[in-house]
Amino acid sequence: MAIWFARSRTLVSSLRQNLGLSAIFIKHNYSSRRPVFTNSQLSPRVFLDPFSSYRHESTAVETHPYLVQQSDHEDDAQELDFPGGKVGYTSEMKFIPESSSRRIPCYRVLNEHGKIISDSDFIPVSEKLAVRMYEQMATLQVMDHIFYEAQRQGRISFYLTSVGEEAINIASAAALSPEDVVLPQYREPGVLLWRGFTLEEFANQCFGNKADYGKGRQMPIHYGSNQHNYFTVSSPIATQLPQAAGVGYALKMEKKNACAVTFIGDGGTSEGDFHAGLNFAAVMEAPVVFICRNNGWAISTHISEQFRSDGIVVKGQAYGIRSIRVDGNDALAVYSAVRSAREMAVKEQRPVLIEAMTYRVGHHSTSDDSTKYRAADEIQYWKMSRNPVNRFKKWVEDNGWWSEEDESKLRSSTRKQLLQAIQAAEKWEKQPLTELFNDVYDVKTKNLEEQELGLKELVEKQPQDYPLGFHN
Amino acid sequence: MSAIIHGAGAATALTTFNSKKLVAPCRTNLPARSKRCIVVAGSDDASKSFGSSSVLSVRRPQKLIANAVATKTDTSATTGHELLLFEALQEGLEEEMDRDPHVCVMGEDVGHYGGSYKVTKGLADKFGDLRVLDTPICENAFTGMGIGAAMTGLRPVIEGMNMGFLLLAFNQISNNCGMLHYTSGGQFTIPVVIRGPGGVGRQLGAEHSQRLESYFQSIPGIQMVACSTPYNAKGLMKAAIRSENPVILFEHVLLYNLKEKIPDDDYICNLEEAEMVRPGEHITILTYSRMRYHVMQAAKTLVNKGYDPEVIDIRSLKPFDLYTIGNSVKKTHRVLIVEECMRTGGIGASLTAAINENFHDYLDAPVMCLSSQDVPTPYAGTLEEWTVVQPAQIVTAVEQLCQ
Repeated sequence: MAIWFARSRTLVSSLRQNLGLSAIFIKHNYSSRRPVFTNSQLSPRVFLDPFSSYRHESTAVETHPYLVQQSDHEDDAQELDFPGGKVGYTSEMKFIPESSSRRIPCYRVLNEHGKIISDSDFIPVSEKLAVRMYEQMATLQVMDHIFYEAQRQGRISFYLTSVGEEAINIASAAALSPEDVVLPQYREPGVLLWRGFTLEEFANQCFGNKADYGKGRQMPIHYGSNQHNYFTVSSPIATQLPQAAGVGYALKMEKKNACAVTFIGDGGTSEGDFHAGLNFAAVMEAPVVFICRNNGWAISTHISEQFRSDGIVVKGQAYGIRSIRVDGNDALAVYSAVRSAREMAVKEQRPVLIEAMTYRVGHHSTSDDSTKYRAADEIQYWKMSRNPVNRFKKWVEDNGWWSEEDESKLRSSTRKQLLQAIQAAEKWEKQPLTELFNDVYDVKTKNLEEQELGLKELVEKQPQDYPLGFHN
Repeated sequence: MSAIIHGAGAATALTTFNSKKLVAPCRTNLPARSKRCIVVAGSDDASKSFGSSSVLSVRRPQKLIANAVATKTDTSATTGHELLLFEALQEGLEEEMDRDPHVCVMGEDVGHYGGSYKVTKGLADKFGDLRVLDTPICENAFTGMGIGAAMTGLRPVIEGMNMGFLLLAFNQISNNCGMLHYTSGGQFTIPVVIRGPGGVGRQLGAEHSQRLESYFQSIPGIQMVACSTPYNAKGLMKAAIRSENPVILFEHVLLYNLKEKIPDDDYICNLEEAEMVRPGEHITILTYSRMRYHVMQAAKTLVNKGYDPEVIDIRSLKPFDLYTIGNSVKKTHRVLIVEECMRTGGIGASLTAAINENFHDYLDAPVMCLSSQDVPTPYAGTLEEWTVVQPAQIVTAVEQLCQ
């Protein structure tokens, strides 16, 4: 092959000399070689050379969004052999544009008024399922509101709301099976809610009391429940993504009819673990569904400062992963997309990426005041006009499956249940001292035993210096 | 900085020495403390006191163990088989993979390539490409992957091609591996084994000659062990795989070709136990991994000079086996730690603190620690040699301590 091209070059150069053509625009085939330009004028096709062809079109940036899939039709027949397979070549030096002229469109089913857009593809949802979905979305709203207020009153130390992202939380959970392992980031308590975690259990974790499954060891909102297949939330961002690849790998090894589902925000996709996690899942052909909640803000960092690509969906192809962009505030679209992605992941044993577009209506957390870095009317707009709960409610109501009476009943009973749960959780006693040293290992090591003894002795000597109920 | 000089109160016969005699001729490895005057307290126990008449008199032990390496008591009735350390690791790994289908291996080039040090050779052919997984290059990702798989029920053995690369996995190891069992309230276990070659090799350069045990030792929730012989390599590998806790198994680049005869039958080594390499009476030398061999070489010389060192391979770096170590200190009253870690913040530093705290009353001399200097490991052969504690330094240190 090398000789072939060398011959063509000598042929070209000899022809050049013979024909006295100094103004020929020559392009080399190898990208590694710098092209030799005599001048930049475009000249008409001068002579025929069987071994190389000339492109005289403009080298302006290609505007077709799917450039990567096209190859120059004239050179299709000729291919180069490189590690990684055969690849067609082109003599035209074309840079793939940094962005395509048209953004990847967003899949949606319900319009803003809660009406199904005609000719939509979507998986139909039964009345029972739709009502349950709506109820859970409303419950999540009430839960977020009450726990947030509780933090403001000083009853819990920290809280993080999912306001504006209820559709992603609930609709994705509804589309999964209970055996699917969920690795959350932290703004997905709705998934746990759907799976049956009670309001009392949520409250216990936030208060870190004795009934907390986490045994008081993690901050509020760091829920975790192995029986619900929901991995304990871990604060560092994106660490769950390679772990999801690992879970997918384990499920693949055990040939289970289940997949790993993991969530990440727009900000988290900047972490190295995002790239590695997606890459690994693709190479392992692991059944993982990656759901990115693109809510526009990473604390105070707007997405324009987070990445320069067209969102996250375009990154999927870079790793060889099938991806879709979906309207995250449209519960029906999210449900269909996640359900289809899950089937693909399990049946075809491949990862899938879903970018759910949404907006973070609440502050990042109770430690944040987002009015400091974004306009209050922007927040208001998304809260009122683009509210996912209201939008789905309209659809459910239009179908005659939900009434105002049901609404007020649900909201008031949930509110009451939550207030009771908080009161009970607050009163429940805290973890005993022994829980400081348990579960570091399966069995306490000698040094931990010593340290525990030392602390116990200290507390016994000076009980007045330690909180009540600290003793074993 | 002043060391705790023991025995000022209880001394009956004090012998002070000219401090200049104590200065070791070698350069930088001995701590500054050694230049100070070492006061030896005569204790009530007659068998322990040194004769006050002569400065360098050493009580000859009743039974002199001439062999530098203690012969292991032959417990196995069956005959063993001889193999190299990396083969022992492989054997241990293979046996565990046969025994439990949940055990899997992941890392770079561990599959058909067999691993950079051939520890996983042949496993991919036997168990398949999925169970012995070649991963893309991202240590944080495959460590995270191992953690996720472990939380779902597998028992991954994660190989770092070189321990130094696992610095990239620090986030996953510290924040998730060590913590998730605790923060989940015991709901999720992470029975991973993280292993790989580390330590100073032969001119591998600074980045490939790291002692990660110093960096990892503070992480709560993990266990660390270091193997040094084919026997304990296999035993520790198996024990680590069977453990429910995350275990980091430190291997040494230069020890992979050690040959030894190991038993044919199934055995494991206790993860939290230290190994008595050579019982003795005069001084306790604590070491691990490659330094064990430098210590044993020094021991040969020391024995010829009339000393009787007790050599313990601590093996368990986190937690320390203070039981074995304590018994030894109570017997010999002198401790020398020989390690490959840097001076600052190494295993030796922690061990010194632990011994001083727990066995202060039993010490006749300050704990001495020989370690590498706080420098990146240079490439040049002569410089590299000076960075690692050599047998000659060990001999001098023992002589110093035993005066």
